[in-house]
Amino acid sequence: MGFFLETLFGGLMAGMLYSLIALGFVLIYKASGVFNFAQGAMVLFAALAMARFAEWFPKWFGFDNKVAAVVLAFVGAMAVMVAVAWVIERLVLGKLVNQEGITLLMATLGISYFMDGFGQTLFGSDIYKIDIGMPKDPIFLFEKVFEGGVLVNKEDLYAALIAAALVACLSVFFQKTSTGRALRAVADDHQAAQSIGIPLRRIWVIVWSVAGFAALVAGMIWGSKLGVQFSLQQVALKALPVVILGGLTSVPGAIIGGLIIGVGEKLSEVYIGPMLGGGIEIWFAYVLALLVLLVRPQGLFGEKIIDRV
Amino acid sequence: MIYRENGQFKTSYRDDQQIFPIAQDRYLILALIAFAAIGVPLLASEYTFRAILTPLLILSLAALGLNVLVGYCGQISLGTGAFMAIGAYGAYNFFVRVPGMPLIAALLLGGGCATVVGVLFGIPSLRIKGLYLAVATLAAQFFTDWAFLRIKWFTNDSSSGSVSVAGLNVLGLPIETPVQKYLFCLAFVCVFGLLAKNLVRGNIGREWMAIRDMDVAASVIGIRPVYAKLTAFAVSSFIVGVAGGLWGFVHLGSWEPAAFSVDRSFQLLFMVIIGGLGSIAGSFFGAAFIVLLPIFLDAAPSWLGVPIDTALASHLTFMIFGALIVFFLIVEPHGIARLWATAREKLRLWPFPH
Repeated sequence: MGFFLETLFGGLMAGMLYSLIALGFVLIYKASGVFNFAQGAMVLFAALAMARFAEWFPKWFGFDNKVAAVVLAFVGAMAVMVAVAWVIERLVLGKLVNQEGITLLMATLGISYFMDGFGQTLFGSDIYKIDIGMPKDPIFLFEKVFEGGVLVNKEDLYAALIAAALVACLSVFFQKTSTGRALRAVADDHQAAQSIGIPLRRIWVIVWSVAGFAALVAGMIWGSKLGVQFSLQQVALKALPVVILGGLTSVPGAIIGGLIIGVGEKLSEVYIGPMLGGGIEIWFAYVLALLVLLVRPQGLFGEKIIDRV
Repeated sequence: MIYRENGQFKTSYRDDQQIFPIAQDRYLILALIAFAAIGVPLLASEYTFRAILTPLLILSLAALGLNVLVGYCGQISLGTGAFMAIGAYGAYNFFVRVPGMPLIAALLLGGGCATVVGVLFGIPSLRIKGLYLAVATLAAQFFTDWAFLRIKWFTNDSSSGSVSVAGLNVLGLPIETPVQKYLFCLAFVCVFGLLAKNLVRGNIGREWMAIRDMDVAASVIGIRPVYAKLTAFAVSSFIVGVAGGLWGFVHLGSWEPAAFSVDRSFQLLFMVIIGGLGSIAGSFFGAAFIVLLPIFLDAAPSWLGVPIDTALASHLTFMIFGALIVFFLIVEPHGIARLWATAREKLRLWPFPH
């Protein structure tokens, strides 16, 4: 039982991190109908920017305070992501309005290649550390209930808390601010939103910036766990089944989908994996998503797809 | 002045419905094939065959297969690499386990394996559409990656899934030198190109296109979506599977599952989209663009005499590659095939303005 719970917690926390990346996909898809394959590259780019700024800023400005360095690096990286959002909107999306979904998808793949190259040219391609002072030691929960308790990695716990906080912030931003309302209006209907005077292009920049912010937080947490390196962008591939499982158009879907995939992955790896020879994590998520889609083609929480002739 | 159909009168339906109704096109394509079969082996160097021409032909074939699915039937697939892998490993198993199995038969049977799996993974397409389907096809990709790495039976109990074949021959003729390999692939590409062209302009091709344009409307006018979608998956994965077999047997010789990773799937999708969705010629243009561009980008600095260290060069290649793809999509979202078609239309009128 203790072991089962341990796996379950591990899965939930991994799932929270997948949700973070999935959020970026969902935000952009909702607001601009673009399936953004560059999300993984954005995570890598943001994490690289942050890791390097944390090294460079103290040298450039001659101060020696670790907390200040991290905070400034975060702000700097965020500024970079806003710039990236602006450039993408100006140079790519603005020129591809009304193209088919697959063309846009390919364009984001192109962006992803570009950002991979650009990020590594600018910031270097070694493995970097992001140190945001997360404790690494494990803790034990429920020691009174089970013998030995349940081992939980403190770092994972904090990461999950940060992710949850981010999700809460984004929900408030979307539901309560006027910008958030404009974003939702654009997501519902581009043309109607434009006709009542919502500036479409500015909204796109904002939404890509928000996705950049989600990427930065995801990159920061994953980066401090795994180190900032090229393989970081592979986590986007793990977030894809989360997105379609939850539904491309649903923010809560991204969260719950993430939790389901996280738990499913860990439990399957532990309980089914040994039967099949291990390493099934990566395809299990996709097969799980596929099976759910067979029952609900729009994902668990996506808008119902209605075809009209 | 030369490219014109004036004076070419068609006196039968047969004449009217041939693949290239304009005589100049026919001569051009025959000349092209003749040049590829006779001229190129005399001119090109061994390196060119090994590094450029053979991969180009095989990837064109794979892109052709993918184009049937994505371009003609409108079902986006990110699992092409998986079907290539199934074709390659299927052919390998037939080749190694059945004594005296001819090479061509093994490759075609490998394609058959890919067809079966393709139809299996095509079944969700009856319910799942668009981008959801695209991501769902990644399931096929990751599952096969895993299966060929972990299930030892598929790879004849070799470790890490790497296998190799040797002593290829067709009817006693060895397929060993780069030129022989090139000609072997060329033959496959010609046959499959003709096959695909005839399929897409026939009844079944029209059904695919109707499904692509609006599947609900198509089913209203009596096209069975099940049949149309599954045949598209079958034909596409067969061609892709054969291409995978060729890639493993002829181009690589020995390979492991990583040769057919998800990157390969993306690369093939790039080819199809840059080349032109729903165009047979587009598959070839796209393959040429995607295969030649990195080679060109790698070689460009040394031609220009600019010394760049390799890490920076590879990053720059990434950047330029990505930027060019975006640029191409913006300038001509319908691909190189559309540019080619526009050029031909213009040429028919040239030098007159109207």
